[in-house]
Amino acid sequence: MDDTDRAIVNALQGGFPITERPFADAAAALGLTEDELIGRLRTLLADGVLSRFGPLYNADRFGGHNTLAAMAVPEERFDEVAALVNLHPEVAHNYRRDHALNMWFVVAAESLDRVHQVLTEVQARTGLPVYDMPKSREFRIGLRLEA
Amino acid sequence: MDVNDREADLIGALCGGLPLVSRPFAELGRAVGMDEDEVIARLHALSTRGVIRRLGVIVRHHELGYRANAMVVWDIPDHEVSETGRRLAACPEVTLCYRRPRRPPAWPYTLFTMVHGHDRAEVEAAIAALAVREGVARHPRAVLFSLRRFKQCGARYQRRAAAE
Repeated sequence: MDDTDRAIVNALQGGFPITERPFADAAAALGLTEDELIGRLRTLLADGVLSRFGPLYNADRFGGHNTLAAMAVPEERFDEVAALVNLHPEVAHNYRRDHALNMWFVVAAESLDRVHQVLTEVQARTGLPVYDMPKSREFRIGLRLEA
Repeated sequence: MDVNDREADLIGALCGGLPLVSRPFAELGRAVGMDEDEVIARLHALSTRGVIRRLGVIVRHHELGYRANAMVVWDIPDHEVSETGRRLAACPEVTLCYRRPRRPPAWPYTLFTMVHGHDRAEVEAAIAALAVREGVARHPRAVLFSLRRFKQCGARYQRRAAAE
C-alpha cells in the first residue's frame, strides 16, 4: 500500500457518491482519474486489504434478529464446543476471548424465535449455559479504521 | 420488515459488491431489471432510511495492520449508562458502543465498547487513557482481548446482509 492507497481507504469507508459516475466523482475528490481509482480498488481487493466494495447493511431493518452470546467453556473442551457452535449457519463472528466467559459469538437469524432456538440447541448439545446478551441500545456503529 | 420486494432485489444484487466499472448503478440495474435512475433513487432512499449504513470500502482489519482488538466492558450504574454510552461512542478510539443486559453474577457489565489497535500494548494504553479522560476510570471494567477467531461470517449471515 502506498500513500494513495491509504488515502483511498480512508476516504471511501463511507460516503461513496450515489451518482451516475460515482468512481469519477470520488476520484476527483482524491485528485485521481476514474480509471486510476478503479484500478487501485481492484488491486486492493485482489490483495485482500479490502473484503468488498459495497454496502454495509443494518440487519435490524430486514426484519432479521441477532444477539451476542457468551459461554464459559472448560479449556479441554474448547475445540469440541467451538465446532458444535459453529455448525449452526446462524452463527457468525465466533471469538475466543481472555475471560472466564471465553467464547463469544453472534447469532443472526430471520426471527427472534430462531435466534433463541439456536441458543437452546447450543446449550442442549454442549451441556453448558449460554448467556444471551442482545443489544438494548446502540450508541455507535461506525467501524472506520485509519490505514 | 422495512424493505419492499424491489428493494430486496436490489440489496440482493448489491451484496457481492458494487461492480468496479464507470457506471456501476446502470450495470447493477441490468441484473434486477431497473434503469440507472431507479437504482440511484432507491439506493438514496435506502441510505436515508438507514437500511444501508454506508457504501464504500469494507476493510479487513488484520490486513490493515490492526492485529489487536479488545472488547472493553463497563459496569456503569443504570442511571448513568445513557450519558456514558454517548460520551464513549464519541471517542475516536471506540469503534462500537452498545448497551446490553447484565447477567449477574457471571457478568455485571452493561456497556460494551470495541477498541482496535496495531498491537496489544497500543490498545491497553488507549483504554487506560480513555478511561481517565472520560471520567469512567472509577467504574469496574474488563478488557477481553480476542485470542482467536473461529468464524468470521456464517453462510446465512453473508447471504442476508453483511452487517456489523
